[in-house]
Amino acid sequence: MADKILKELTLKIWRQKDAKSKGEFKTYKVHNISTGTSFLEMLDILNEQLVQQNEEPVAFDHDCREGICGTCSLFVDGRAHGPDDDVTTCQLHMRRFQDGATITIEPWRCGAFPVIKDLIVDRKAYDKILQAGGYVSVNTGGVPDGNAIPIPNDKAEEAMDAAACIGCGACAATCKNSSAMLFVAAKVSQLALLPQGKVEAARRAKAMVAKMDELGFGNCTNTGACEMECPKSISIEHIARLNREFLKAKFKD
Amino acid sequence: MSNFFTSSIGKKFIMSITGLFLILFLCVHLTVNLLLLVSPEAFNAGCEFMALPVIKVIEPILALGFIIHIIWASVLTLQNQKARPTKYALRNQSQNCTWASRNMYILGALVLAFLALHICTIWYNFKFGDITDHYELVSSRLEQPVYGIIYIIAAILLGLHLSHGFWSAFQTIGFSNQIWRKRLEYVAYFFAFVFGIGFSIIPLYFMIFGA
Repeated sequence: MADKILKELTLKIWRQKDAKSKGEFKTYKVHNISTGTSFLEMLDILNEQLVQQNEEPVAFDHDCREGICGTCSLFVDGRAHGPDDDVTTCQLHMRRFQDGATITIEPWRCGAFPVIKDLIVDRKAYDKILQAGGYVSVNTGGVPDGNAIPIPNDKAEEAMDAAACIGCGACAATCKNSSAMLFVAAKVSQLALLPQGKVEAARRAKAMVAKMDELGFGNCTNTGACEMECPKSISIEHIARLNREFLKAKFKD
Repeated sequence: MSNFFTSSIGKKFIMSITGLFLILFLCVHLTVNLLLLVSPEAFNAGCEFMALPVIKVIEPILALGFIIHIIWASVLTLQNQKARPTKYALRNQSQNCTWASRNMYILGALVLAFLALHICTIWYNFKFGDITDHYELVSSRLEQPVYGIIYIIAAILLGLHLSHGFWSAFQTIGFSNQIWRKRLEYVAYFFAFVFGIGFSIIPLYFMIFGA
């Protein structure tokens, strides 16, 4: 069956020349969009149209376009990564929209993620949190034998669930408090669950939470909005683990 | 323990502990209140128990619990407001979290407003007034529809506050995982229901049947 065609869509898009300029919403129209088009492809079509009209195309982040790199963002119609659950914006398709609809597209709004241009925000804050402790210090030397360190299957699974985080920023962007707790929790959890990560668990939890606070992210109030918008469905049970890790580390001090 | 109280999790830890302490207080308060439905004598006996020295010692700790919970909530809320300098033009939060969880500060502030009224009209008289028949004071207030309805609304607001607050407190102190989260959420709804209904049926009883 052929895809249906959306005859006309109205796009309300945030335009901002650079980090220092004051932005504003601009309204554009696109025509004859196939429902099989991905959301980012629809923006590509808009941009071709803008280039032909000698206008500046809309700047937005994208890379792999298959939902694994965490580069795309966008707050579409009031929700991070658009109206679908468990997908990134690049996996969102136009079949989710009605013909004649008005779609509001905004960048992530979060003090720690300043807008660079149009819909692109600076997400270096997440890298800084990772640099503060989201790693395992490994001594160089011979490769250890496979299965030399026993890891229970459920722990490996849980660690893998946390490691699915692609650092897209949807958690902080969607949180009413702009809290980065789900991101920090996923990064702390994936290592704290495994024997290799346990060694530095206390230092890691303290350093990453301190960096998160320093960068101006808000305080988590456990609304659970982050896990609903997370394209990788990372559970807030990891936030409980981060709280445990942090409190354990602090009480030991 | 350095910087514990200035860290986000440290501040939330304080919120959780004081919140759970206040829930304990609510349990005692509701138990005594429900004696109103048993008989005037039972309630007056309950009030005498509440005047015992042991309870008197706990009173200032309770007040401190309220004050800390309120101040820390204000500090956290202010910080959270500042964390997003530019707001979204369009938000669709009903799709990803409950109304109560998003409005804990507003719910708390409304409960605080009720608390102020409650302290002025009942608690003050109990504590400093020349009261012999506590039952008479409470029933004469609650049979007035204005008071009764305010008390019922406050009970519902408190229930909503607890429907998120109870399980959220356990999540913050780290006592939650995939299994316990569901359990805690159910217990939170149970508590919300018990406190919401429990505190509502008393004014309702007096409004319908009089003293």
